[in-house]
Amino acid sequence: MATLNSIKNMYGICSHVIRQTTGLRAAKLIQQRAFRVNGALRQQPFDSSEEKPQFPGASAEFIDHLEFIQPNVISGIPVYRVMDRAGKIINPSEDPQLSKEQVLNFYQKMTLLNTMILTVSETGDSNLDGRISFYMTNYGEEGTHIGSAAALDPRDLVFGQYREAGVLMYRGFPLDLFMAQCYANVDDLGKGRQMPVHYGSKDLNFVTISSPLATQIPQAAGAAYAAKRENTNRAVICYFGEGAASEGDAHAGFNFSATLECPLIFFCRNNGYAISTPTNEQYRGDGIAARGPGYGMMSIRVDGNDVFAVYNATKEARRRAVAENQPFLIEAMTYRIGHHSTSDDSSAYRSVDEVNYWDKQDHPISRLRHYMTARSWWSEEDERSWRKQSRKMVMEAFEKAEKRHKPHPDLMFSDVYEEMTPNLVKQKEAMWRHVQQYKEHYPLDAYAK
Amino acid sequence: MAAAARFLLRGAVSKASIANVNVGAQSSFGITLLRLSPNCSSKTKTQRRNAAHFTYHPDPVPTEYGPTTKMNLFQSVTSALDNTLASDPTAVIFGEDVAFGGVFRCTVGLRDKYGKDRVFNTPLCEQGIVGFGIGAAVAGATAIAEIQFADYIYPAFDQIVNEAAKYRYRSGNLFDCGNLTIRAPWGCVGHGSLYHSQSPEAFFAHCPGIKVVIPRGPVQCKGLLLSCIADQNPCIFFEPKILYRAAVEQVPTDAYTIPLSQAEVIQEGSDVTLVAWGTQIHVLREVANMAQEKLGVSCELIDLQTILPWDTETVCKSVAKTGRLLISHEAPITGGFAAEISSTVQEECFLNLEAPIARVCGYDTPFPHIFEPFYIPDKWKCFDAIKKLISY
Repeated sequence: MATLNSIKNMYGICSHVIRQTTGLRAAKLIQQRAFRVNGALRQQPFDSSEEKPQFPGASAEFIDHLEFIQPNVISGIPVYRVMDRAGKIINPSEDPQLSKEQVLNFYQKMTLLNTMILTVSETGDSNLDGRISFYMTNYGEEGTHIGSAAALDPRDLVFGQYREAGVLMYRGFPLDLFMAQCYANVDDLGKGRQMPVHYGSKDLNFVTISSPLATQIPQAAGAAYAAKRENTNRAVICYFGEGAASEGDAHAGFNFSATLECPLIFFCRNNGYAISTPTNEQYRGDGIAARGPGYGMMSIRVDGNDVFAVYNATKEARRRAVAENQPFLIEAMTYRIGHHSTSDDSSAYRSVDEVNYWDKQDHPISRLRHYMTARSWWSEEDERSWRKQSRKMVMEAFEKAEKRHKPHPDLMFSDVYEEMTPNLVKQKEAMWRHVQQYKEHYPLDAYAK
Repeated sequence: MAAAARFLLRGAVSKASIANVNVGAQSSFGITLLRLSPNCSSKTKTQRRNAAHFTYHPDPVPTEYGPTTKMNLFQSVTSALDNTLASDPTAVIFGEDVAFGGVFRCTVGLRDKYGKDRVFNTPLCEQGIVGFGIGAAVAGATAIAEIQFADYIYPAFDQIVNEAAKYRYRSGNLFDCGNLTIRAPWGCVGHGSLYHSQSPEAFFAHCPGIKVVIPRGPVQCKGLLLSCIADQNPCIFFEPKILYRAAVEQVPTDAYTIPLSQAEVIQEGSDVTLVAWGTQIHVLREVANMAQEKLGVSCELIDLQTILPWDTETVCKSVAKTGRLLISHEAPITGGFAAEISSTVQEECFLNLEAPIARVCGYDTPFPHIFEPFYIPDKWKCFDAIKKLISY
């Protein structure tokens, strides 16, 4: 197994990893652990008697000819897939055999998310006419959220980027609270301080989203380290886009989690774009998955539009991350069907044909629906009634949220520190003195009293 | 970045400390290393290496916290960390080279005493160290991160300013990283040049949500560090590295805390208020004596201790009494924290002020190597400023 450490075989490891992860075979698992102990935990032992390299930094053989290692980007790490575009299971041994109830739940959560987004961002046009200042959709990536969330333990801590609302949806975050956050009303757990879609839930172990990209990645490593020390069989999952993976914090998080042996799943949504920047301007290697082995990290690439492939990969990564205290990297290949955000018009940098292909011919929702239809678990009638019902639920939450007051302006000053500092008390009092004097110039009526 | 730090460190800053590592490793292990070796705390060494710009006066022996031991500043840091690891099973210490005891000896013996899962090296990456610490704190652990030199904290600026400082606020108090403390060696050291001398506190003073604390000696260091670790807000604790060995006094061995956001009036006076923090306190203490002897001027000396949120009340109360204020810090003058103090005092004590507030600070240049004696706001520059304040 020592040769596996050679950079020359780096890409060999990738496919090896995939075979093993997809195979999920116990016998191979023992080998994996052996590899880990040999390669990752121990520094090259010093032994001057042997006629082999003694450099402490790597375990490798000498070679007597000049040869640069060539990256394999033409034939990259394969994309693991369980069902085809028509919802048909390709290899029965990979079928996760989920119950009808579970699959219906997947489907309903994915479509409910979709309906919520439609309502908030398009049909209601609420963001555009100023009712909500900003929004980011999840079109095309519903499968990555639901498939991965379903494979986790509800106690597993989630660190996200901002396009993972489906994870919260799967964990049962109420529509009212989604809406409350977007409207920044009195019900918002975040007290109306952050832009829309910056959700968080302590009860559901979903760490509050922040805008700076990739900052959550090393944080997830720290949280996973703490979880390991607590010894309570919890894992941490950390989502990020392929653009965020270019940040220095991604490098930090990958490397820390490997050297400090953290039970952590890195979940990269590679949807082809970072706002307008296509991936060939983002990186020149074989995507994100190919970086994993360079950090000594087990890695896999999955079809992000295949909810079962995402589920299987996450389930196995979670099991092994907790059992072996090591990080796993999952790169889910997908396509960002919607605009980057409501402040973006993606037709300025990509073709409508391209978008239509993914929307009409290879969509995670339609694929799962094919699967359900083939089993007679879902009919046209079911679809119609669920659409109606979900739309009603969303509209009710939407309208309710809109009518609620904004939070009390005092909440601008609390939680900066745990305690209210004398300086902040003074500033709060000064603000009120001013606002009372000039109250006709401030929207006091919209706020809680 | 920190690779450069190590290079210079070994070349110049602490030859003695490296020698001590070897002695320690050969002669003893574990807990024994936590005991204090008198030969590594000698003031004369520091002075021999470079004529110090200050003289350290030990604080009076604190009696209220039980038995005391003679410690220098790095030993008082170790003592605080030792108390923390002993009393809080979630507490972890990490950073570059902390496992073998740290390049300034602050973590010597802790790994042997508490285990390698609690005191461990990280990869060489400051943004990773702080991000990792935030995550551990979010998950409920007490995270004590070390940045090897304050000069190398900037790669973690984003994690500190955008993340650590805003965690509680932006989540509506659902999540916080209040259990995070970041320690970093700070301030000039005689020959540290651009990247082993910086005093970056003012960069952080502009950031609501964090606390920034700087001690002047071993007793304050331990008490304030334990307060930072216990405080439910992310704290940055800057340790004046020139004092690591030079400052020696009796420090309580048990845990005790000194409150944050409270300045300390070290010496009462009636004519001028002097405000500083860290090493500069010792410079001003000498200046106060000179002013008394040579000018017959009575100075009130205040150690600010906490930069953010700072103790406006103690400073303003003093200035209301004396009518004159001199603030001094090593960091460059423009945008330095003295500007904040100065404008606040001007606002609060306008009717009491009898002279313009004086700021004696570093110049607006990078911190130079061979020109350090001319750069720092030494006692003569401060003394001259007092003369001008009095004769205004």
